[in-house]
Amino acid sequence: MIELKDVSYSYGGGELLSSISLTLAPGSFHFLTGPSGAGKTTLLKLCYGDLHPTAGRISLFDEDVRAMDRDAIARLRRRVGVVHQDCQFLDHLTLAENIALPLTVSGRDVASQQANLADLLGWIGMSEQTGSLPPQLSGGERQRAALARAVIMDPDVIVADEPTGNVDWEMSLRLLTLLVELNKMGKTVLIATHDLNLIRSAKAQVAARVLRIRNRQIQLAGADL
Amino acid sequence: MSVARNLLAILRGDSDADRTVPPTGFTARLTLFSAAAMSFLAVFALALSLATGRLADRWSSELARSATVRISAPAGQEEAQVRAAVRVLETTPGVASFRVLDMAEQRALLEPWFGPDLPLDSLPIPQMIEVIEDASGYDAGGLRLRLQAEAPGAVLDDHTRWRRPLVRAADRLRMLGIVSILLIVATTAAMITLAANAALAANAQVIRVLRLVGARDVYIARAFVRRFTLRALSGATVGTVFAMLAVALLPSAAQEGGFLTGLGFQGAHWLWALCIPLLVAFVAFWATRLAALSTLKELN
Ligand SMILES: Nc1ncnc2c1ncn2[C@@H]1O[C@H](COP(=O)(O)OP(=O)(O)OP(=O)(O)O)[C@@H](O)[C@H]1O
Ligand SMILES: [Mg+2]
Repeated sequence: MIELKDVSYSYGGGELLSSISLTLAPGSFHFLTGPSGAGKTTLLKLCYGDLHPTAGRISLFDEDVRAMDRDAIARLRRRVGVVHQDCQFLDHLTLAENIALPLTVSGRDVASQQANLADLLGWIGMSEQTGSLPPQLSGGERQRAALARAVIMDPDVIVADEPTGNVDWEMSLRLLTLLVELNKMGKTVLIATHDLNLIRSAKAQVAARVLRIRNRQIQLAGADL
Repeated sequence: MSVARNLLAILRGDSDADRTVPPTGFTARLTLFSAAAMSFLAVFALALSLATGRLADRWSSELARSATVRISAPAGQEEAQVRAAVRVLETTPGVASFRVLDMAEQRALLEPWFGPDLPLDSLPIPQMIEVIEDASGYDAGGLRLRLQAEAPGAVLDDHTRWRRPLVRAADRLRMLGIVSILLIVATTAAMITLAANAALAANAQVIRVLRLVGARDVYIARAFVRRFTLRALSGATVGTVFAMLAVALLPSAAQEGGFLTGLGFQGAHWLWALCIPLLVAFVAFWATRLAALSTLKELN
């Protein structure tokens, strides 16, 4: 589904990631951890086609990222739901419209998805704020909204960059449960996080693997967590 | 073609896609104003071309049957002088053809002035020969001299010849009008491209978010294209209507001789003026589309 072979990446200076090989099988659940600045966000961007590797080969849904044109990238983003570390919204649209935006831009009928949208809003605990504009939301609320937007298209893969960075523990668990439920429905999940407690609670619910970036490489973390 | 389909889709509209890009008040008004002003100018340039075109056509068709040779000779000599003049004309280079008018024709020519009951036979009416020159034309001075020698009663009247340079001027004026229209269209395209680029730059963040959630470039471009096309169309319609009113309200004076008073639209030519808003909309459509797609392509 997502496959990296000998992938290296540098932003222009020294290599940030070197010769990384990684395969995310359909239905798998992965955490990605590592110190700040280690390259977690960078690795995630490589996994959803936002960055091209400086060396090596990445295939997404059996397609080489280098061979993908802009339309192919757009189609890919409908199959990969992404929660960005810096959640960006359209500030002139309401929360509900922002969450439904992936449906709108892909030409789906938003009206027929209203029930879905209401469920999602309930799950992230924001049913009361459907009419709010993004600048009126708190950091944690924005993260929850970003997660809802990432899953509204019913994607095959969900990539989340620190999705619980700004929310309290109770809400973190709630969001984790949503991701675990989606994983049980067969979706592939990849989450970058610092939060070891979150990883531990996930391990109680699902067979999650933990990848750690250390010395520009990826290691599979053992049971020491 | 797909252009027609795109234009139709634009007019039908897609309110969802429209909402994804925030409205921009000031550039919108500037685009409206520019489209209106340019269309106003284009209507005048069009009126100028059409009017000078009409003038040139009318004058040059009159030129084609321009000259006449008039022979008034004492009774008895007339026939001999006509024959002499005919011989001269036959051997004059630049004369394509000529024709000695018969009495009935001359009567028809004079009728508007003297009424139908003119007793031509009893009046000393000069004999007329209609001379049609070829493209190169003849040497009027030379012809006059030869006529004088052979047929002293013959007078060459080429009074419409003075219009020849005027026809050239009218043709040139029509060309200038057409060039002006082309320049106006090109300027419209340039202004709309600048406005579209400004709008795209102002909405860089919106475009980024749309790309992140899986919008294709054409989807994003369409939101801008639709806006600018509709703005240009409405601005151009207003400008065209005002210009057409202004043309319609031009004071009308004498039919003939008035070049200035001929500046207007006649009959089906009014429809040409109505094409201007469509042309401006078409130009706006392509200018915005090309600007948007090339800007988007450069984004990461
Ligand atoms: N666009 C960029 N241009 C140049 N350098 C960058 C760019 N983005 C990130 N970097 C650098 O790459 C390194 C890794 O960044 P990245 O965002 O992947 O780290 P991270 O592991 O996600 O960190 P955090 O846990 O703080 O989110 C950092 O040192 C950062 O300064
Ligand atoms: Mg990061």
